[in-house]
Amino acid sequence: MELLAFGKTGWGDELFYATLMTIAVSITAMLVGFFFALIFTPLKLSKYKTLNLVGNFYTTVIRGVPELLVIYLFFFGGSGAIMYVASIFGYYEYIEINAFITGSMAIGIISGAYSTEVFRGAIQSIDKGQFEAAKVLGINKFGQFYKIILPQMLRLAIPNLSNVWQITLKDTSLISVTGLVEIMRQSYIAAGSTRDPLFFYSFAAVLYLLLTYVSMKLINKLEVKYSKGY
Amino acid sequence: MDFDLMITSFPKLLGATVITLKLLSASLFFGLFLGLFFAILRLNKNIFINKFAYGYSYIFRGTPLLVQIFIIYFGLGQIEYLRTTFLWVILKEPYWCAIIAFTLNTGAYTSEILRSAFQTIKPGIIEAGKSLGISNKIIFYKIQIPIAIRQSLPAYGNEIILMMKGTSLASTVTLMDLTGVAKYIISTTFKPIEVFIVAGGIYLFMTFIIHNVIKFLEKKYSFQQ
Repeated sequence: MELLAFGKTGWGDELFYATLMTIAVSITAMLVGFFFALIFTPLKLSKYKTLNLVGNFYTTVIRGVPELLVIYLFFFGGSGAIMYVASIFGYYEYIEINAFITGSMAIGIISGAYSTEVFRGAIQSIDKGQFEAAKVLGINKFGQFYKIILPQMLRLAIPNLSNVWQITLKDTSLISVTGLVEIMRQSYIAAGSTRDPLFFYSFAAVLYLLLTYVSMKLINKLEVKYSKGY
Repeated sequence: MDFDLMITSFPKLLGATVITLKLLSASLFFGLFLGLFFAILRLNKNIFINKFAYGYSYIFRGTPLLVQIFIIYFGLGQIEYLRTTFLWVILKEPYWCAIIAFTLNTGAYTSEILRSAFQTIKPGIIEAGKSLGISNKIIFYKIQIPIAIRQSLPAYGNEIILMMKGTSLASTVTLMDLTGVAKYIISTTFKPIEVFIVAGGIYLFMTFIIHNVIKFLEKKYSFQQ
């Protein structure tokens, strides 16, 4: 137990901060994912074939390629790409992006592909009559989306989004390969310096279980809230 | 774009794909039996057996695959007793550790898929079997299992693709699978995009094949023929 003590003698506080980092990366990645989903869902539902193709390309490639490979692409290619863009604007200094941004971008793009599929499915399962009724009532496009489609879509999407959240949370463990100190990386460091990998990796597993358990409970509450009236 | 690099790295990556496929097929093979075993336990009426199977699938689905591999590869070697048994022959090899971790992981997901497939079988079908005087054992093997397999095909197809992506984690325990070799080429040439396109293309090709095989099987075993 002294291995988990807070302060200089144990790894308790380090692991506590690492857990906070995991939560921070997961939430950021989830939000980045929503941003991508917001762009690509309309593309997938668009009437135009070319736009469909772009949307399908994104979700197919990201969901068909291992997460680790995407992370390596961002880790090794991230600063290169930013420097290339900067050089167009006449900035030639070396730019280094920190591991947090690289990690949450990489995981965010992965999570975005899953979110896109969830939103697409949810919108498609809304009754066509709802769109037509809104049109007939003379509600403008903005109001149609925010007042009629979005609330119904969220109710349908929440159960599947909770799966996306679980996937995202577990995927953050892969960012440890880039050196960002989250649960997995911290356990690796602790295991290396105490020569007790069994204990620390098992403890990491417990932390992840705790995170998934607590978030499931919270999401269930949301689900109840949004299914009021059904 | 460095096309020469793409062409020269292609055979290397293709060679590494063999390891990826070996890991995938071995873990799917063992995982299917493990999954079936735990799905049957889940349907057991004894609450302890039931809870045990539920706990297994909850733990392996609630933690990242990376943690599971690390516990098995780095963690188990720490137990002195294990080092003296014959198990050590298997556990000192990263290849077998990866297969054990993948098997346990896919087994957990498979057990959930099969359990829900068993539970969606209409009771009328089993009752019909009983009223025809067919024994419980035969009802299980000849009626429940074939229907469950058909029901779980789409979900199991997804699981195969997820597992294929999961095998990339073998590269974290020093195995040179497709992702491992891709990372090695990237870190020596610093050309991430080119390597990503080739390696990602190989993965996508495998996804495409798996997807279509499952689709074909779904059609073949569909009820309306």
